[in-house]
Amino acid sequence: MTYITKPKLHHPTLPKNALCHTRRDYEGKISTLCAGCGHDSISAAIIQACWELNVEPHRVAKLSGIGCSSKTPDYFLGQSHGFNTVHGRMPSVLTGANLANRDLLYLGVSGDGDSASIGMGQFVHAMRRGVNMVYIVENNGVYGLTKGQFSATADEGSMSKKGVKNTDSPIDLIGLALQLGATYVARSFSGDKAQLVPLIKGAILHQGAAFLDVISPCVAFNNHAGSTKSYEYVREHNDAVNRLDVIPTREEIQVDYEPGETIEVAQHDGSTLRLHKLHSHYNPCDHIAATNYVQQHHARGEVVTGLLYVDPEPSDLHSHLGTVQVPLNRLEVRELSPGREVLERINGGLR
Amino acid sequence: MTMTPITATNDFVIKFANVNGSGSASANEMFAKSILRMGVPVSPRNIFPSNIQGLPTWYEVRVNEAGWLGRRGGVDLMVAMNPQTWEADVKEIETGGYLFYDNSKPLPKSRFREDVTTIGMPLTHISNATYDDPRQRQLFKNIIYVGAVAQLLGMDAEVIETLIKQQYKAKAKLLDANIHALHLGMDHAKEHLKPIGLRVQKADNVGDKIFIDGNSAAALGCVYGGATVCAWYPITPSSSLAEAFQSYCQKYRVDPETGKNRYAIIQAEDEIASIGIVTGAGWNGARAFTTTSGPGVSLMNEFIGLAYFAEIPVTIIDVQRGGPSTGMPTRTQQSDILAAAYASHGDTKHVLLLPEDPNECFEFSAQALDLADRLQTPIFVMTDLDIGMNQRLCAPFTWDDTRDYDRGKVMTAEELEAGRDFGRYKDVDGDGIPYRTYPGTHPSKGSYFTRGTSRDPYARYSERGPDYIYNMERLLQKFDTAKSLVPQPILRTAKKKASFGAIYYGSTSPSMDEAITVLEAQDLHLDTLRIRAFPFPESVRQFVLSHERVFLIEQNRDAQLRSLLINEFDLDPARVIKILHYDGTPITARFIARAIAEHMRGASVSAQASETVA
Repeated sequence: MTYITKPKLHHPTLPKNALCHTRRDYEGKISTLCAGCGHDSISAAIIQACWELNVEPHRVAKLSGIGCSSKTPDYFLGQSHGFNTVHGRMPSVLTGANLANRDLLYLGVSGDGDSASIGMGQFVHAMRRGVNMVYIVENNGVYGLTKGQFSATADEGSMSKKGVKNTDSPIDLIGLALQLGATYVARSFSGDKAQLVPLIKGAILHQGAAFLDVISPCVAFNNHAGSTKSYEYVREHNDAVNRLDVIPTREEIQVDYEPGETIEVAQHDGSTLRLHKLHSHYNPCDHIAATNYVQQHHARGEVVTGLLYVDPEPSDLHSHLGTVQVPLNRLEVRELSPGREVLERINGGLR
Repeated sequence: MTMTPITATNDFVIKFANVNGSGSASANEMFAKSILRMGVPVSPRNIFPSNIQGLPTWYEVRVNEAGWLGRRGGVDLMVAMNPQTWEADVKEIETGGYLFYDNSKPLPKSRFREDVTTIGMPLTHISNATYDDPRQRQLFKNIIYVGAVAQLLGMDAEVIETLIKQQYKAKAKLLDANIHALHLGMDHAKEHLKPIGLRVQKADNVGDKIFIDGNSAAALGCVYGGATVCAWYPITPSSSLAEAFQSYCQKYRVDPETGKNRYAIIQAEDEIASIGIVTGAGWNGARAFTTTSGPGVSLMNEFIGLAYFAEIPVTIIDVQRGGPSTGMPTRTQQSDILAAAYASHGDTKHVLLLPEDPNECFEFSAQALDLADRLQTPIFVMTDLDIGMNQRLCAPFTWDDTRDYDRGKVMTAEELEAGRDFGRYKDVDGDGIPYRTYPGTHPSKGSYFTRGTSRDPYARYSERGPDYIYNMERLLQKFDTAKSLVPQPILRTAKKKASFGAIYYGSTSPSMDEAITVLEAQDLHLDTLRIRAFPFPESVRQFVLSHERVFLIEQNRDAQLRSLLINEFDLDPARVIKILHYDGTPITARFIARAIAEHMRGASVSAQASETVA
């Protein structure tokens, strides 16, 4: 959503990935968000993750709703088709797009207003259907584009920039995603690139509903004292349970961590998630334990980050529906129309 | 009081008054189908409440050898199986008509009418004496009365037996039990009941016609038309359409080699999600549809605007019911016309297809999927409860195996590679329709950002006035292109030169056809035009302008199609006289003919008066 086109010249020494693309090839238009916005860091992390994983940009479909976060798909992956849908309804559009062509990578970008308020219903149902996608909520606890109203993820007791206290209890999207059956659930912080990039990579490789809640401070309306979504607050209260390495299929696994601190999760597509445990008791494959852990720490005012839950054998909507392997949008009349003869038999049965 | 019992052969109305959930529906349907098998056209209508069990329900069957399929009004033979509605049911019978009832419990004389022939039969006694299981007693009581009524009407036992045999082919136990119950009824009637004046006689007026409900027909149209994604939310009267799509797909859309499905059906969390899923699938190149009714269309409005403005193929089948709000959810109306034609905020206009019967439900649903791809816009198929949920005799379905789907203007990777210019919102052919690309087509060419905000012809975000105007004018141009692509209106010229015309659409058709012959018999002649789509082609304007007055017959309160017509063609409202029927029952020929005759006679009287004055 910018008026300015980015220069396309690359520095000749920029590193290239296996597809001979530089990181610049994964960029989009120039961001129109505020300087220092956490969302831009998330866009940069998406670019980094796609570049590192050798994702073909044009095989990604990026979808969003409405709001600051939903503008960002224009600022990365310029060679991908993008769809800025209606407020809170990205999940349904993404679901339909995914049904039409199961071969693309679906990246849904949303915000806390988009997913926790107006689009809560769609968020919930996309999770429980197990749509194969990466669903990122850029969570700043505030409506930025309409200038600073509280969103539904704002913590009870937190203060707005204008000094208003939020008295409603917050919606915890992580808790919901866990309960609703998302098969990859992670939380991170836009200011922690080292943690965020591998989490996005893991989500991209995950063949099911992957949900990332990324705390992303709003520098204009929610970065002050009294906010629980400011850079300062999150840095102070961040409780990272693990650090993730993502090893794509066929890459050699090199062990450089002490055994006992590291667990490896083999993903269905052959890739490996290697987790360096920071909390020895935390098991990200135990759904109920993850739920409890997140809740307990939330009660203490701590923001638990890292890969909170992963199902190494996820199933997705296409497998639930038993659809054919070839994308539905490629089926032709001979595969779709039962033909005249069948119709005559149907007619015969209706007499 | 002297009373002459009605005598009629192959031309009467029989109505079954039942309790919802008592299993009467399949027995009644079998009765109607038996008459069809005897070569006599019937048109049955379910009249049911918003309820699953316990409330009254009726099944009204018009038997008519001439083939008039509209509702007639009035009842010649009432099969009164519901004590709750006894009084109203008895009252509805025409003078000289017949009342068939269960006389297992005696009723006082005051409950009957002297001008109606009463036929009592101890149905409960017979059923209870034969069956032990309470559910069986209820179910077979239905078959017993069908047997008795068939016998009274002189129907062919063999025809009904054949039907039962076909229905219970795989369930021998049920087959024998049903045939036994049928004969219990027939034998009792033969021995104990006097013949009546109503007869069904073998004829040859059904031909190769088929008998199906519009919802099933539309679902089949979507299968043939290549829909691969269906998203829907349950709402009467459209739910059975999605369910029929599911069952047809299970039969005809499974890959024989892998056993995998060539379709995806989502029962969504609401209508907003339904249309969202359809929009996403359409954007990504799959043929997709949703089915709903008025309240669902209201919820879909924001998305409909997006699909219109971002130019995404979407097919919406609206099975209309009585509104506003929950209105009369189980009654028929044509009252979503304006809500659909101008759905959403801002300046919008949408293509509507208006099928008259199940055959056109099939045709138009398949065609809607083509039109959506061709025009890259939402297409509405506006059916209604009367067509959708009632079985109707209609022309058999046809399909040409050489027919291919029209996918519209989709630019391919090869064309992009060859350097063809791609402007997603650019009119290159002068028809207002731009090219699109499917996501994932080409590594470096043809990607674009889809949005509901304004943009320039190359899909770049723009709030410049000229860019916005270019786009909005192009959308109008595209709408104009639609005029020649949609089903054209059907003109019927009067036998004598007529200065009056009549316009009608959708489920009004059968009653209108009949009304014209009724009026002709009164030497009242008019040309008719059946509108089958919006935008209206120029021929519709010509029809209005070439007649002194035109009647517009509709099943809604506010003359919605008339408003659309006057608005779109800037017509003088005085030229278009509204004839409106909107009590939730299907419009009848009697109603139309009476209303038009009154106007025409009034008009001819005043014409004569003005001549005298002159």
